[in-house]
This record gives sequence, C-alpha cells and structure tokens, in this order.
Amino acid sequence: MKDTLNKDAPVIEAKGLNLVFQTADGPVHALKDVNLTVGKGEFVSFIGPSGCGKTTFLRCVAALEHPTGGSLTVNGMTPDQARQARAYGYVFQAAGLYPWRTIAGNIRLPLEIMGFSRAEQEERIERVLELVELGGFGKKFPWQLSGGMQQRASIARALAFDADILLMDEPFGALDEIVRDRLNEEVLKLWARTEKTIGFVTHSIPEAVYLSTKIVVMSPRPGRITDIIDSPLPKERPLDIRDSREFIEIAHRVREGLRAGHGDEV
Amino acid sequence: MNRVLPVLTVIGVIVAVWYAATVWMNRTWVYDQAARDGVEVSFAQLVPATLNQERPVLPAPHQVVTELVKSTFGMKVTSKKSLVYHGWVTLSATLLGFAIGTGAGVLLAVGIIHNRAMDLSVMPWAIASQTIPILAIAPMIIVVLNSIGVQGLLPKAIISAYLSFFPVVVGMVKGLRSPDAMQLDLLRTYNATGSETFAKLRLPSSMPYLFTSLKVGIAASLVGAIVGELPTGAVAGLGARLLSGSYYGQTVQIWAALFAAALVAAALVALVGVIEGRVLRRMGMAR
Repeated sequence: MKDTLNKDAPVIEAKGLNLVFQTADGPVHALKDVNLTVGKGEFVSFIGPSGCGKTTFLRCVAALEHPTGGSLTVNGMTPDQARQARAYGYVFQAAGLYPWRTIAGNIRLPLEIMGFSRAEQEERIERVLELVELGGFGKKFPWQLSGGMQQRASIARALAFDADILLMDEPFGALDEIVRDRLNEEVLKLWARTEKTIGFVTHSIPEAVYLSTKIVVMSPRPGRITDIIDSPLPKERPLDIRDSREFIEIAHRVREGLRAGHGDEV
Repeated sequence: MNRVLPVLTVIGVIVAVWYAATVWMNRTWVYDQAARDGVEVSFAQLVPATLNQERPVLPAPHQVVTELVKSTFGMKVTSKKSLVYHGWVTLSATLLGFAIGTGAGVLLAVGIIHNRAMDLSVMPWAIASQTIPILAIAPMIIVVLNSIGVQGLLPKAIISAYLSFFPVVVGMVKGLRSPDAMQLDLLRTYNATGSETFAKLRLPSSMPYLFTSLKVGIAASLVGAIVGELPTGAVAGLGARLLSGSYYGQTVQIWAALFAAALVAAALVALVGVIEGRVLRRMGMAR
C-alpha cells in the first residue's frame, strides 16, 4: 500500500538549493538555485567542468555538506535523516579499501558498523561479490587486485547494506579507457538487476550519455544547472549504441550545454 | 653481497683511525715513563707500549673487545663483574620504562586527537619536557620517589619512560591523523561513531607510525635507564659500570660497558624492527 502511494514520489528533490562556502578569499558560491527532481530507479549523471558543483551536490545529498539555502529532501526526509535510515551507498573516486582487511573484510566494514548479525554479514558479502563479479575474491587482499577490481569491490561495499540510492563520485575517473568501458557496462547491468536510483558524477560526455536516463549539465562560478536532458535511449544498451544517431545527438546537446555554461569566460 | 664490501671498508677505516688515535693519545705516558728511566724510545717501541696499557687514555679496540668478551662470557652471571648481570639490571628498567612510556604516549596521543583543549595544551608541554636536560632532573626524580618509599626498578623506569613517551606521542598523533578526508567521509556515510572510527580506521592506520616511534623510543628508554643509574650511587647496571669505571680510571671497563650498551640498544631496535616487519606484512602495509 505504502509502496504504491510513494511510487511516483521523488527520491531526490532539490528546490532553490544554495551553498556558499566562506573561504579566506571571500565567499564562494558552490551551488546557486539548483532545482532538480530525481524519480525512483532513475540513472542521473552530473557532468560539467571542475568547480561546477557536481560533486558538491552529491555530497549535499549524502549530508557530507550542508546547504546554506533552499530545500533538499532524500526519500522525503532531510539528508541527515536519510543517512540515518541508510538511504544511500557512496562510492568515491578512489576505492579506499583498507589494506589490512581482505576484500570480504572491507565489505564487512559497513555491515559491522550497522550491526548486522555474523551470519547475515557472510550472506550479504557473498551476494554483493557475485553482483560485481568478484565471486571467489573475498579472501584476497586489496593489493592483489587490479585498480578496476578494487573499484568494483568498493561498489560492492556500497551495495552491501541494501540502500536504494547509489551515489557515485567519478568512480572510474582514475581508470584507463578499456577498463572504464567494461565497468560502465557492468554498472548498467547492476542497475538493471537492482533497480536502484543512481547519482553519477563524471566529466566524460560518452560515459554520461551511455549510462544515464537523465543528464544534468552544470557550469561553474557560480555552480548551477544549465541543462537537464532526459535521454530517449532504451534501457537495454549494448556498447555499440554509442555509434547510433540518437547517442551522437544527445552527446552534441551535452557539449552545447557545457559550451553555453562557459560562454561568459571564453 | 655487494653491500658487504662497503660496510667492511667503513669498519676497517674506523678501526684504523682508532688505532692511530690510541697511539697518539697514549704516547705521552710512554714518553714520561721513558724520561723517568732516562731512555729514548723509538717509534717501533712506542707503538706496542701504547696499545696494551693498564689505564690508557684511549684503550685500543682489541683491549675493549677482550674486556667485553671476558666480562660477558668469562664470569658467572651473578658476579658483580659480569656485564650480563649489569646488562640485565639495565635492560629490565629499560623494558619497564619503555612499556610505561609507550602506554603514556599512546594515551596522550589519543587525548590530543580527540580533544581540542588537549591538542592545544599538551603538545607544548611535551616538547618542553624534552628540552630539559635529563641529567638535571634524574636525581630529583630519584630523591622525590625515594622520599615516598619508591626504590629500585621503578624510579629508573620512570626516567626511562620520560624519554621514551615523546617519540610515541609525536608518531601516534601523526599516525592517528593519517587517514585522509575521503576515508573519514566514507565512515560518516555509515553513521560511524567516534570510537568506531578510531577502532576501525585511525588505530590500524597509525601502526606504521607507531613502530617508527617505538624504534626511537626503545633506544631512548635505554639511555634513560642508564642515566637513571648514575645518581643512585652506582650499585648495579651498565650506568653503574660506567660510573665506577670513571671513579677508578678504568677506561677499558668504561668502553666495554659503553659497547655493551650500544649492542643492547642495537639488539632492541632490531627486535622492534622484526616485529614491525611481521605485523605490517600481516596487515598488508609493508613497504
């Protein structure tokens, strides 16, 4: 009953969101009048040059930063409450696995803190390792894995406690193009299987277009949204969709949006 | 193998310089003796006469080694002349002091990173404590503790701890603060408490820093224990050996005790190093 009621309720909703950092060089307007609604099960990419506030917005959703104006709700709650309710898993740019823990031990970290029983920890670790295709690697230590595998392990860690939102901050930024393509495909598979709502920060246009149902184009000084594109691409996306006319058209619109944001500087 | 040759060369040079210095520094006594007897000494006579004196200004290396071996292996370990006996007295104070110092250092570091007031107030005092000459306050510690009935091992251990807590504080503060912002943010996303962050992230991250500090700390502990033995009237311990040697002009004994102390220090540091290697390898943090 509750599910049907909330089905169309936004997962993330920002209204007139502002964030001003006070620095030694005076105030910096990191986010200015950001309005955005993200529905359940959407894959939203945030793209823009550095300083456009894309990471800052994600951090606001995660309650790692606190907005100075406007309103922001996550699952209808404040970001702080949403975090208490384990609404999201966060994947950082670096895998940040603890070298002194095995892969399974790293995934166990949030489960220990959140107080899952030992048996349930094991069951969940097993399941998310399969999900990111690292089955059988649980007993390895991080240094025994490649960079791409480490980042997959960190995604597994974020999935382990069943949050329905996955926030990813340039998770593949430090990886090479080939590994990145493979991981993009896997993220899409993961998204299809888990039906999570994903917020994904990137500065790669093809990555944003390939992955997203919604692309948020942002520009810097002050950080603001210049364009929101709802992707017409089907949910099923083979890698060669990137050569299709539609894909190229969306990529073109993203590039236009990025250029428009830079217009006042060039 | 190609590291052995340079090391041997350096040792060879040091020994050669030492022998030359022995001849040069002990020659006055030989000349004085000769002048009293009214004879001339040639250089060929001078050299052997400087290398085997009873109370040389500077003993020759072989004299020191002979004395070291004799007083280590040639005596019953219960004998007051045995370096094993004196070494054990010093070592037990060193280890107790090291344990106290390490414990205090870790506790202070934990306080410093969790409490802003402690951060601002404790560190300057810790630094100031190390600028005071230990030789000046060691007798005071002994006297004060003696007046409240504490004698024997503990006063020396406290002086030893006084020297060894400092590197541990500095290293642990740095180590406990070593996790970067991203790792701390990750734990914030899990709503981890301060003590969970400490136990699961800060403490394991600090291990490499802790071991580096422990190596400095254990050597400092030994120095503290030796210094602590000096004002007690030189009853037992390597410090007592040094002091009684200087009372009676037994330079060979002083140097032998000095080398014994250096060897004990090297062994202790090496031991900490071995433990460090094992622990960090198990933790996947070996460099």
